[in-house]
Amino acid sequence: MLLLLLVLLPAAMAGVAYLVRPVPLRLGCLVGTAFVHLAVVGWLWAVPLAPTLSGWLAIDPLGLLVLSVVSLLFAVVAVYAVGFLRTEPPRGGRVFVTGLLGFLAGSTLVAVSHHLALLWVGMETTTLALAPLVYHRHDRRSLEAVWKYLLLSSVGIALALLGTFFVAAAQTSGRPLILEDLVSGGAGLQPALLRTAFVFLLVGYGTKMGLAPLHAWKPDTYGEAPSLVSGLMAGGLTSCAFLGLARITEVTMAAGQAAFVEPLLLAFGLVSLVVAAAFIIGQADLKRLLAYSSVEHMGLLVLGLGLGGVGPYGTVLHLVNNGLTKGFMFLAVGNVVLVTGSASSEAARGILRRLPVSGVVLLLGLFAVTGSPPFGLFLSEFTILNAAIAQGHPWIALAVVLLLALIFVGMAAVVLEVVYRPAETPAPAPRESLLLVAGPILLLLAVLLLGLWVPPPLHRVLLDAARGLGVAP
Amino acid sequence: MSGLHDLLLLCVVLTNFWVLGTTRMSSTIRATAIQGTLLAALPVALHPGWSLHMLGLAAGTFLVKAVVLPTFLSWAIREAAVRREVEPLIGFSMSLTLGAMAVALSFGIAQHIPLPESASSLLIPVALSTVMVGLLVLTTRNKALSQVIGYLVLENGIYVFGLSQVERVPFLVELGVLLDIFVGIFIMGIVVFHINRAFDSLDSTRLTELKD
Repeated sequence: MLLLLLVLLPAAMAGVAYLVRPVPLRLGCLVGTAFVHLAVVGWLWAVPLAPTLSGWLAIDPLGLLVLSVVSLLFAVVAVYAVGFLRTEPPRGGRVFVTGLLGFLAGSTLVAVSHHLALLWVGMETTTLALAPLVYHRHDRRSLEAVWKYLLLSSVGIALALLGTFFVAAAQTSGRPLILEDLVSGGAGLQPALLRTAFVFLLVGYGTKMGLAPLHAWKPDTYGEAPSLVSGLMAGGLTSCAFLGLARITEVTMAAGQAAFVEPLLLAFGLVSLVVAAAFIIGQADLKRLLAYSSVEHMGLLVLGLGLGGVGPYGTVLHLVNNGLTKGFMFLAVGNVVLVTGSASSEAARGILRRLPVSGVVLLLGLFAVTGSPPFGLFLSEFTILNAAIAQGHPWIALAVVLLLALIFVGMAAVVLEVVYRPAETPAPAPRESLLLVAGPILLLLAVLLLGLWVPPPLHRVLLDAARGLGVAP
Repeated sequence: MSGLHDLLLLCVVLTNFWVLGTTRMSSTIRATAIQGTLLAALPVALHPGWSLHMLGLAAGTFLVKAVVLPTFLSWAIREAAVRREVEPLIGFSMSLTLGAMAVALSFGIAQHIPLPESASSLLIPVALSTVMVGLLVLTTRNKALSQVIGYLVLENGIYVFGLSQVERVPFLVELGVLLDIFVGIFIMGIVVFHINRAFDSLDSTRLTELKD
């Protein structure tokens, strides 16, 4: 029952937030729901929970990881949103808060669904809930962004629905579309139908993740949406989409189709890295830069999944690291945008002087997001590289190292310009509000901690999640 | 009622060609409304016996796909004052030819899809060809509203495919799917309305400001 409540609470509060008039009360709904959600998710770590609704809703290690990333990120974003909406014209953010809470409901449903069609419903809900938020600025550019986002995501997710029906058609025994029964009855699945299903679901959820070449909506959407929405998408929405892909990968692998699945995942992973590197070099817009960085990290996720060995462990660790890192990077860039009015690197020059705290977060974030030690992403990327070598793909390992180096150079050029080059007209900066910097700092520290020491309970859950996705390390 | 569902499925294919071949927006929307009605009748025709599940699905489909969405889209073209799809990327005769090829291809593919308990041999080919026609409209039409209709046809094709699995997917999930599709098209319609206001045109090819 608790799992159902965890989905219904944000959904109900989304409705309440739309109806209440006073702005403080509405923001109270947002922050209150976020923290209750976070508390319940924390409780789920301590107390194992039996599946409810005849197995439709259940919490497993991988789902728990995604749920925790989304919940933590959402709590940070909710606090940030209070500070962000203060800087806005007094529309009060009615649609904004409702959309955010709707997203929380949808992503929670994705994380706890063990019924593949229900998972689809949650995924579509997350897509739609964030669409009005992309159009928050109500200008031509954001209109173009929201149109691309809606059309490409909708078509992608429609194909994922077709794939889900194919899974149902492939199944011959057990409860229909329930994950556990699909995995345990893997040998009974019809191979031809299952392979078709996998391709549709890979393309569908891959579009939502933003794997190249299905990423066309991503830079435009992340570039035009308010930064906190971009952060929520890059950290939360993509993690949910990855979970959808991981579920079908688990099923297809259990049916003994690893030889079909792995090359596809490796190809998408490598293409994503290549495309990200190509567009990061010379990128002049901070948010688009982070969008391509997101394409890169999505590529790494599927790469680890396709490699096998210790790859899945690297992938699930990377999932956590990437979710948190993208969150604080977009929030820090959001602070820059609030002061300079644009995300272009030229306008944001000399930010270290104007916004010392956000500037430092951005600078350290550069090293975190490119996978430098001692941050968590170094550890996860290293594990994935390790898997490539151990599984006999030295060329993949070499290509990944080269591409990561290129990406580092490209990102460093932009971020260092922003942080260190003095601005032509140094403007007096307002004091940085605690609401706008506390969350990013917290997430930065978390990513740093994960690079130095993975807490034992987390390590156990990571191991269990990786075991579900492939061979145990 | 074995002949009835085949007849309905053939009519679905005809409405696909109708969508492909007309220039008038209002006519295209009427085609989708009729397609929606056919889709609503299909579950009952495929699974006779008046089960609550099928009747509920039929009622929900009829409400969303045959009444609410066409009405909403008609409102959108009236507000935006679009009448015709003037310059599609490929001509209408070409569209129809490609549509015919999609049908032929679908029958070819369907032979390789072993469906154990399929109620009608036409179900899978019609579903696949509708999906292809939807993608065709999505990619070859310029008007944002035409693309919304393409998306609707694509979803209709997936719905037909889903009917082969209807007994295995619970009713609640189907309702969730229908609701999501409804909200999706509703939001798209709102965005189309804003595009029209901001650009004085429904032409999605004008959306070219964002690039690297």
